[in-house]
Amino acid sequence: MAVIDHNAGLSRAGANVRGPFGAVLFFVRRYPLGAVGALIMLAFVGVALCADWITTYDPLSTSARSSLAPPGDKHTLGADFMGRDMLARIVYGSRISLAVAIGATVLGCLIGMAIGLLSGFFGGWFDLLVQRLMDIMQSLPLLVMALVMAASLGPSLTNTIIAIAIPLVPNVARVIRANTLSLREMPFVEAARAVGMSETRIAVQHVLPNTLAPLIVLATAQLGSAILVESALAFLGLGVPEPHPSWGRMLSESAAEYVRTAPWLVIFPGIAISAVVFGTNLLGDAIRDILDPRQRF
Amino acid sequence: MGAYLVRRFLLMLLTLFGMSVLIFVMLRLVPGNIVDIIFDSAGFVNPAQKAKIERQLGLDQPIVTQYISWIAGLARGDLGYAFVSEKPAIEEILPRIPVTAKLAVLALVFSVLFGVPLGVISAVRQNTPLDYALRVVSLSGLSLPSFWLGLLILMAFVHWFGWIPIYRSTPDNPWQELALLSIPAAAVGFRASALIMRLTRSSMLEVLRQDYIRTARAKGASEPAVNYQHALSNAVLPVVTIIGIEAAFLIGGLIVTETVFNIPGVARFLVEAIRWRDYPIVQNLVMFIAIVVVVVNFIVDMSYAVLDPRIKYEE
Repeated sequence: MAVIDHNAGLSRAGANVRGPFGAVLFFVRRYPLGAVGALIMLAFVGVALCADWITTYDPLSTSARSSLAPPGDKHTLGADFMGRDMLARIVYGSRISLAVAIGATVLGCLIGMAIGLLSGFFGGWFDLLVQRLMDIMQSLPLLVMALVMAASLGPSLTNTIIAIAIPLVPNVARVIRANTLSLREMPFVEAARAVGMSETRIAVQHVLPNTLAPLIVLATAQLGSAILVESALAFLGLGVPEPHPSWGRMLSESAAEYVRTAPWLVIFPGIAISAVVFGTNLLGDAIRDILDPRQRF
Repeated sequence: MGAYLVRRFLLMLLTLFGMSVLIFVMLRLVPGNIVDIIFDSAGFVNPAQKAKIERQLGLDQPIVTQYISWIAGLARGDLGYAFVSEKPAIEEILPRIPVTAKLAVLALVFSVLFGVPLGVISAVRQNTPLDYALRVVSLSGLSLPSFWLGLLILMAFVHWFGWIPIYRSTPDNPWQELALLSIPAAAVGFRASALIMRLTRSSMLEVLRQDYIRTARAKGASEPAVNYQHALSNAVLPVVTIIGIEAAFLIGGLIVTETVFNIPGVARFLVEAIRWRDYPIVQNLVMFIAIVVVVVNFIVDMSYAVLDPRIKYEE
């Protein structure tokens, strides 16, 4: 298999690319905001992976003495009503939030891609049926759909991922279908058909790889909304159940009381959610500009 | 246009019918109905009594029978009885709609009022510090969870004024109600305004590059006339689309914001009903939301033809 030299491609396009990290440096220079987004994302992934080394507190251990302790020497970001260390809960909460968001995005994109490819490439009654089903699913807001799914599946980590993934499917399926429809008419597909390739092989080998660019654009955009939906579900008490620490649930209804007495309980988890979503949005914008320059808003 | 309208309308009905089946089946696929929840929390189980309650609520019937009786009821305007309060579902739902509707309209007004002008400014002053600042603000609008924004607003009120703007169902006068509602409306509308701003900006940038804008400038039209009369009126179409899409997002924002601000609206009620597995409330409310979304999208589609005479609906 031939290895594509991306740096050479960029150089031909007029970019000043040198060295092993040339493409990365080029990305940083060309899309500084996207690089900031990528950095934020990397930081959160790093925190999630190295949670054990960042904080010595156990996010689940309670202590009556430090109930509602303000931020200070003992608890860097304070402690909640049950005396659980906030920094530890936010650090370990990043695992849940990222796992649910990435899991849901990947699952939703895979299902959406399969459906979009099938209905776009093969058309017919299957396409018609799927399109109506997508219409039906899109007639409910993302959060309402996820709420109903979460409630009907019951609380667990896997079910929360499914409850967020399914509402993401119609969007992905629509875009991939539209892409497949235009790809199907391309000369290279006709050529493949002319040399006697089977339809399935054309779909998998020629059409599928060409839908990856819009899929990546879509996936980064969906990642942000998956994190927001996860936190909203948890906030409403229908997300990942206790004892897993989740950013959304840390802000849950009881937190409204602490607006007055313990603002640190409200501020820090919200900053964590906003920062990670902000990072995905910045990165998503840059990726979209690179992969799909026609569509920008 | 007529044929298109009819087809579009029939598709709408089909979608709503599909939604009704989907929601009905989804709610009943779950193990555990309201009777289980009540008996679990009571801590004792008397099978005979449990079966009796299930029979009273109609939960022992086969699912198809339950569905048909729901739809037949809907056709008669009878939404059934709420499981929790045992009052007719319509009496539970209807009084809660006006607050939510007011909140939604205020949020939409807020988002258009801020989103469109700021988007135009951002586009006209492309790549200036002002543009960058506005873009960061709009991107942060898409990143803040609206319930957290609500909590921050509450916190700011506590900090600076020492009180929390609690909504009262019997306000002293309409102005007070407007003031109390506009705070949560801003929390909901911030996200929508950010999206509208981004879209207005990109749509304006596209239009500003067109030949007729250069022509308008060449014939000496003033800068505001070019920007607002020539450019904005052509850039507004995609923005209208996003308002249709945002209507759906707005409902999601209303759910969490009504919870934060303790507003007795229909969106918060949905969450309570879902927690209690109060089927009659959940299925009727979900249908109501679906109807709102589908109708808004229909209206948005139709408004294209009015806004852009080039678009004609025909086969």
